[in-house]
Amino acid sequence: MWDYTGKVMDHFRNPRNVGVIENPDGVGEVGSLACGDALKLMFKLGPDGRVSDVKFQTFGCASAIASSSALTEMIKGMTLDEAAKVTNQDIAEFLGGLPEQKMHCSVMGREALEAAIDNYRLGRTDKKILSGKVVCNCFGVTEEEITRVVRENGLSTVDQVTNYTKAGGGCGKCKGDIELIVGKIVKERLEAELKAGRQAAPRKMTVIEKIRLIEQTIEREIRPLLKRDGGDIELIDVDGNRVKVALRGMCAGCQVSSLTLKDLVGVKLKEFVSSDLTVEEVRE
Amino acid sequence: MKNVYFDNNATTAVAPEVIEAMAPYFKDQWGNPSSMHAFGGGVKKGIDEARQKVAELIHADPSEILFTSCGTESDNTAIRGGTEAVSDRLNLITTRVEHPAVLGPCRYLGERGHRVFEINVDASGQVDIVQLGAALRDGPALVSIMWANNETGVIFPIPEIAAMVKAAGGVMHTDAVQAVGKIPIDVRKVPVDMLSLSGHKLHAPKGIGVLYVRKGTRLQPFMLGGHQEDNRRGGTENVPYIVGLGCAAELAQRHMADEINTVAALRDRLEAGLLAVCPDSRVNGDRAHRLPNTTNISFEYIEGESILYMMSDVGIAASSGSACTSGSLEPSHVLRAMGVPFTAVHGSVRFSLSRYTTAEDVDYAVKQLPPIIAKLRAISPFVKK
Repeated sequence: MWDYTGKVMDHFRNPRNVGVIENPDGVGEVGSLACGDALKLMFKLGPDGRVSDVKFQTFGCASAIASSSALTEMIKGMTLDEAAKVTNQDIAEFLGGLPEQKMHCSVMGREALEAAIDNYRLGRTDKKILSGKVVCNCFGVTEEEITRVVRENGLSTVDQVTNYTKAGGGCGKCKGDIELIVGKIVKERLEAELKAGRQAAPRKMTVIEKIRLIEQTIEREIRPLLKRDGGDIELIDVDGNRVKVALRGMCAGCQVSSLTLKDLVGVKLKEFVSSDLTVEEVRE
Repeated sequence: MKNVYFDNNATTAVAPEVIEAMAPYFKDQWGNPSSMHAFGGGVKKGIDEARQKVAELIHADPSEILFTSCGTESDNTAIRGGTEAVSDRLNLITTRVEHPAVLGPCRYLGERGHRVFEINVDASGQVDIVQLGAALRDGPALVSIMWANNETGVIFPIPEIAAMVKAAGGVMHTDAVQAVGKIPIDVRKVPVDMLSLSGHKLHAPKGIGVLYVRKGTRLQPFMLGGHQEDNRRGGTENVPYIVGLGCAAELAQRHMADEINTVAALRDRLEAGLLAVCPDSRVNGDRAHRLPNTTNISFEYIEGESILYMMSDVGIAASSGSACTSGSLEPSHVLRAMGVPFTAVHGSVRFSLSRYTTAEDVDYAVKQLPPIIAKLRAISPFVKK
């Protein structure tokens, strides 16, 4: 059995706001029988512009029903601007968390809400329109949707994308495409993180922070490149701005190891940590 | 709360007689059967007797019984060991509805130069014999086709299939994990070369299996590095579990003639009862050729995991072919291969009974299911008003 929280089981056993609204202001429908889950969400606005009534119908597992029920409780009384800001993480948090493999249930909730708001604002009555390139044909998931979920949830692997959007969970042919999308976003994220770290660095970086950043840079930027050629690198010591490293594997004793140090290790550390650093090779 | 167990194709309760038979092999008879001293002697005798009992259940010679750790190991040994034993490339012929323990090794070998044929099934889950015949004419083959399906209980015509395979000069393996102990199996009359069975499907514990290997069958051992099991499976014997399986085999043989009727009658009562009280439900699979203990019922418009959780709340255990319960996002490959519509696959529930199931259990389920189905349908957007 899944490790569902008490709150998930409560909303599954006693779902709130089940049913339909006559003449709703907005209706959103996502998912399908073929996909294994589907959600129809509808709301009515009060004179104050806040959600006065909301109802849902769900076909799906316990966490899909619980996510839908939770969503209706969350948005009742909200303005549409407030409701539009509800993320799938908010839904999962409201329920005390969802198993990783079930996160797609919370994403379905957010998508249905978005579709219902679009329906109200733009008068769209169709089901979710697939905008942009479809990446996963089995479950009809677009690049735009994957990108959004990866960004909003800080995902970094293809398996996570499958757990959150179902993309890649059918025939699996699109896993390569998903990897490219995830890779791009992870790279952007790392660059932003490192940039933030670098900008804050000059005055505030402590010795410990500097060593950590050096380690991080070696791990993310340098080691993968060396490993490609069967080599490796080990951080031996940091003495002020002198970084002492040892080259391992194929790199040890390599004719061009001095070039490796200067052009790769030195350049990367200067770029990502501090331009004051110098690199020395320790030979044992 | 009541506790009603309808998931015997997943695993069975260990029979009290089995526990009793095993106990001495934990307490006193803990020696190594290979040892040249008195500690090992009695233990060896326990294994020999168990081997005899398992052999009798399928009418094999005791020397043809190979103890393994589980059904999956038996399947892997048969398929990989059978393929490796011949130097030529083989065609591996199996079906689309096999257990992953068979599909896994077949696809693994398929990636290593062997051709794999996955034979289709029809809407009732029956294997396409014509397609099988064509595949057999394509060259030397190792065939692995299950005796009975774990999800639907559908029984394949293994006597006919094995005869076809032997006539074509192929090697025939059958995964009989779901069939052994439930229906009569006689390897003297059915020309299978290898047959897998698993202890925990017939009231022995988990962690013990058997591969029947007909005399003269070429097999490369899967577990190397030990003389045990006549050099065919290395590793010190799992003595208590082997003894337990021997006892379970004896019980199965003793009760089978009765159970075929009593369990089937309970299953039919459950099936008819549920179909009568739950509208928009249907049975999946060939009802004329089916294990006596299994029924697979689809409840339209609702999803299996939700049904199972609500059943669990009232103390009823079963399983489902829905995507959410499989640990993947794809629903049952068996029901999909049969062409069961997605709607019905996601809402499928398998009920599998055993000798311990009572009429009271069945009636309890027939009473408890309708409100569960109705409650979930009231939530579903797909119910036509």
